[in-house]
Amino acid sequence: MTTATPEKETAPSVAYVPTAEGLGAVLASGEQPPRPSAWSASVTFGWRAMLKIKHVPDQLFDVTAFPIMMTLMFTYLFGGALAGSTGEYLQFLLPGILVMSIVMITMYTGVGVNTDIEKGVFDRFRTLPIWRPSALVGALLGDVCRYLIGSTVILTLGLILGFRPEGGLTGVLLGVALLVAFSFAFSWIWTMFGLFLKSEKSVMGVSMLVLFPMTFLSNVFVNPETMPGWLQAFVDVNPIAHLVAAVRSLMAGTPDGGEILWTLISGGVILAIFGTLTMRLYNRK
Amino acid sequence: MSKHRGDLAIQASGLIKTFGKTKAVRGIDLEVPAGTVYGVLGPNGAGKTTAVRMLATLLRPDGGEATVFGHDIVREADAVRGKVSLTGQYASIDEDLTGTENLVLLGRLLGHRKPGARKRAAELLEAFGLTEAADRQVKNYSGGMRRRIDIAASIIKTPELLFLDEPTTGLDPRSRNQVWDIVRIIVAQGTTVLLTTQYLDEADQLASRIAVIDQGRVIADGTPGELKSSVGAGSVHVRLRDAAQRPEAERVLVRTLGTDVTLEPEPVALTARISGEESGRGAAEQASRALHELAAAGITVDDFSLGQPSLDEVFLALTDHTANPTDEEVAA
Repeated sequence: MTTATPEKETAPSVAYVPTAEGLGAVLASGEQPPRPSAWSASVTFGWRAMLKIKHVPDQLFDVTAFPIMMTLMFTYLFGGALAGSTGEYLQFLLPGILVMSIVMITMYTGVGVNTDIEKGVFDRFRTLPIWRPSALVGALLGDVCRYLIGSTVILTLGLILGFRPEGGLTGVLLGVALLVAFSFAFSWIWTMFGLFLKSEKSVMGVSMLVLFPMTFLSNVFVNPETMPGWLQAFVDVNPIAHLVAAVRSLMAGTPDGGEILWTLISGGVILAIFGTLTMRLYNRK
Repeated sequence: MSKHRGDLAIQASGLIKTFGKTKAVRGIDLEVPAGTVYGVLGPNGAGKTTAVRMLATLLRPDGGEATVFGHDIVREADAVRGKVSLTGQYASIDEDLTGTENLVLLGRLLGHRKPGARKRAAELLEAFGLTEAADRQVKNYSGGMRRRIDIAASIIKTPELLFLDEPTTGLDPRSRNQVWDIVRIIVAQGTTVLLTTQYLDEADQLASRIAVIDQGRVIADGTPGELKSSVGAGSVHVRLRDAAQRPEAERVLVRTLGTDVTLEPEPVALTARISGEESGRGAAEQASRALHELAAAGITVDDFSLGQPSLDEVFLALTDHTANPTDEEVAA
């Protein structure tokens, strides 16, 4: 084209003039490729979560500094009193503190969903002809990466401090795998709250209200046998306690089939209930 | 109304949406012909965005029904999603990601493989003048660039129906003109556009039909011309040579036209409305009669123009509910 359009001036925004040729060409070539599969759409949303970590690396603070603080604090606070030495206590505590930290990190999932919705990006996602849960599943796949980073940080710190798992590498990896699988299921509780609560703050508030009793009223720090009967009854049905027992047994090289099964079943039940509730809210929103 | 379903992009009847006690939309009927820009005009809180969100399958209506290209928006939501795109009032793109990343992300979600999505993103960035900003995070874009990337994201797959919810709110005049040009090109390529706006000028510039919405209801619809003529045929604007003759000119105009005459801030100017129902006479005929009378009265007219009524006048006339402010004005 030899039309005298004054392009390429100093400021690019000044030079922009929409042209029928340029825009028309992209419009004409915008045909519909085949729809992506449910898995492919979810993975794409997972990629988005990775990009967000790349651009906003501060969010990794939650999965690094927080677990380090928890591990150091509780090892040295309770170690001497509860097990005679911090080294002894660490063998018992580390799998528990690992579970506690990662389960606590799951609440950021709800916060993330809530802020995403506030910003309007979800409006666009929800008008795409894709498998409906993929945006949330993808966000959770991204969170799984965060859980893995958090686990690595805690285990590395544990090894430095003297944690020596009897189950070896296999036991540790299986323990982490079980923990991450359970956390993925558990996160759907927070996506539900993220969808129906109004603000980021209320999501945080509710998460704390649920997470503190669930993680502290368990076998993370002490053997439940020293607790009063009513509290033992709670610990007995607390899925976090069963998760801790299962992870502990795997890392100690003495897998407890019953606890592992309990954990898998409770994870499945949580996923079925809260996944359904989340999707119902997501569709109605 | 014609019932050629194939020619309608949107057909809605009696759409209702209630949030708690607020009736955001209380029965909206729309018929949007395919291939046109349809303007939905109304003030803040009129229910425009709620109506668009229902039509774009983001909200489930509490009553009434609607189809988009013949597909029911509730029962066949997925088919509707395959045909529409939405550019929301608030940027519906991820501000933390770069321009390229946003477009590649959406391209992949629409089924492109990675190389295809990248190629498409590059083409779109080029066509929207954003190539240089491609690798910057969207949160660092100017308002006009944000709107452009947002519209670009909406046409990764060329939609049959594009919802633009207040696309120029908060933009400077240059960016606003760019958006208008983009909309014109998109429609010329065959996409139907449903545009909401609170700017009458914008609806007038772009839309071939307009529905005026107020308090959750359509209070008028038609072509911009029809809406204007429903208020009056227009107005005649006169500039005199001598400011001292203005009182006399005002008397002459009131006598000949029988309508209100407005004295402009400028001491030599005055504007007279021309009534639409005036015994079948056209606006031009009435205006020429007025000029003739002015000349006959010995008043020198330096300049004159015949204007159609602005949509502002139409809007104020239609939404004049100051008489009964008892209704829920409380709802924001």
